[in-house]
Amino acid sequence: MFNKTPTTAPATAAMPPGQQALAGQGIGGALLRHKRLWLALLAWTITFVIFFPILWMVLTGFKTEAQAIATPTLFFTPTLESYEAVHARADYLHFAWNSVAVSVGSTLLALLIGIPAAYSMAFLPTQRTKGTLLWMLSTKMLPPVGVLVPIYLIFRDLGMLDTRTGLTVVYTLMNLPIVIWMLYTFFKDLPKDILEAGRMDGASTLQEVCFLLIPLTLPGIASTGLLSVILSWNEAFWSLNLTSSRAAPLTAYIASFSSPEGLFWAKLSAASTMAVAPILIFGWLTQKQMVRGLTFGAVK
Amino acid sequence: MATLQLKQVTKSFGDTDVIKGVDLEVNDREFVVFVGPSGCGKSTLLRIIAGLESATSGDLVIDGQRINDVGPADRGLAMVFQSYALYPHMTVEDNMGFSLRLAGVGKEARREKVREAARILQLEPLLDRKPKALSGGQRQRVAIGRAIVRNPSIFLFDEPLSNLDAALRVQMRIELARLHEELDATMIYVTHDQIEAMTMADKIVVLQGGVVEQVGSPMELYHHPRNRFVAGFIGSPKMNFLEVSAPDATAEGVEVTLPGGERCRVPVSGERLASGDALELGIRPEHLVLDDAGPLEGVIQVIERLGGQTSLYLKMGDDLITLMADGDVPHRINERVRFGFVPHRAHLFDGQGLALPSLDRHPLAGLRRQDNRAATGVNGA
Repeated sequence: MFNKTPTTAPATAAMPPGQQALAGQGIGGALLRHKRLWLALLAWTITFVIFFPILWMVLTGFKTEAQAIATPTLFFTPTLESYEAVHARADYLHFAWNSVAVSVGSTLLALLIGIPAAYSMAFLPTQRTKGTLLWMLSTKMLPPVGVLVPIYLIFRDLGMLDTRTGLTVVYTLMNLPIVIWMLYTFFKDLPKDILEAGRMDGASTLQEVCFLLIPLTLPGIASTGLLSVILSWNEAFWSLNLTSSRAAPLTAYIASFSSPEGLFWAKLSAASTMAVAPILIFGWLTQKQMVRGLTFGAVK
Repeated sequence: MATLQLKQVTKSFGDTDVIKGVDLEVNDREFVVFVGPSGCGKSTLLRIIAGLESATSGDLVIDGQRINDVGPADRGLAMVFQSYALYPHMTVEDNMGFSLRLAGVGKEARREKVREAARILQLEPLLDRKPKALSGGQRQRVAIGRAIVRNPSIFLFDEPLSNLDAALRVQMRIELARLHEELDATMIYVTHDQIEAMTMADKIVVLQGGVVEQVGSPMELYHHPRNRFVAGFIGSPKMNFLEVSAPDATAEGVEVTLPGGERCRVPVSGERLASGDALELGIRPEHLVLDDAGPLEGVIQVIERLGGQTSLYLKMGDDLITLMADGDVPHRINERVRFGFVPHRAHLFDGQGLALPSLDRHPLAGLRRQDNRAATGVNGA
């Protein structure tokens, strides 16, 4: 130790070994360590603030109705009372199945439309491509309630109210701009030469897409799909307005515990926990893929 | 058999004309190099031949058939890209066999063809690797292998060596020349590197601004450049240009007044000149000689010693003249030296930059790379 840091040796000689090691790295090292510590603390604080409502929801789900509205105490006896009540009142699996079918269905449909669209925009751009992309994104700036009445009337006339097909169509249209935009950026990152080499090798456009484009941008396509599933799963406005029972997904399931006889916080929390649990687990399992996809171009 | 003809081919992107009417003939088994500065349209021309871009007007003819409307894969061509453009998710074997797979060739036949190409390129031990586990030179060879497997009538190369380091580039250059002999195929090669062009080509096509400046064998372009641009582009270091006047010009030669005031007779035809015209005298650095009795004088600014040769950069009025001298010249910077040149190696360019025709043709001007081979064959026998 003394040999390694001869200049600081006299000052550090009296310190215990651990501190000696720290001091040996100099003032710069210490500052850096402090900065890291504060950053970590900040990150944890923000994470906790964001996570707190979810934690509170999960905790409330295990309380009785009385405990739920009482002044919060740190300790309480957990009970499954609310879960039993929720389970007795509604068929969770029915709603969950609708959620799965609609979010996965709309995502597959959006990818099916989005991949060819993004392909043409990324590899065969015209002067209008940039404008088209912006225009598509601009549809997301319109508040959905603005088109609620026309869509409701169209759906009523087509007999698509309260059908999974109807909701799938709406979700597909809702996510299509984001899906195309994301796919476009992933496709843009793919060197054009590779597709041209494929063309020289005799690939048709379809073969080019299936054998080269999709395998090479799979991480990007996967994260686009995952985001689309999550957005569809959490969507409430259209599902509440266009479905009632047959095609109602989990968002409608939560909502059904909020109004009729007043607010039942514990039951609402229990229902919400059950509604978000699948997508939370799904997100947790796929987070590596998500992060990889979202930083696809940046780290290449 | 594979010949290619371009007839008045043009290409415009919007209002920009990139290729302005190119006529070209590529003979069977010829190694043709397109060379020119960046932006001259050489890559675009290659992509038009490949079918990756369409010509705005003009005809492309392969073996007598117009192929403007034939898709890239059906033209019987194969292309090697500058970036190699290997399929990153496939093994070397799958990369090379991809075209056969698309064509519906069976697994066994495919394997056989890929192995054959791999043998030619010494890629056999690498067949199971993915491109990212290969070095630059190996990737380049896989890209070439992918072209060979298609058994094309014409190979197209788009600056294939520009991503390699200098040593590897020399090695691959030799390998490509060897490959041309072995495959006996027609090859079209794009590069901005005139050394690649000079060493590999049977025929060089010099392009500038979408126009063909000159077509000819390497020695033809070196000894008889058609204009000032070709003269400056071919040859390294660059040709020197001096402003001179011509007090006397006849069909038997042109008398010029050099910057120092001395006169000199250059053996080019001055038929189309009027006496007193302003001209430019072009002399290659290797044709300038240090000579105490020489007609020109300059001050040495920079000396680059390469061992075998020494480049001297001489200040002469406002011009900086390059002179290739012997490896062991004793001169120092700021020294004033006199030098001269061999008149029949000098070129004269008129006001439009066009070369005045030489009175005698250089004996090697018509030499092609194939002739080199024939000569060594005779000597060896």
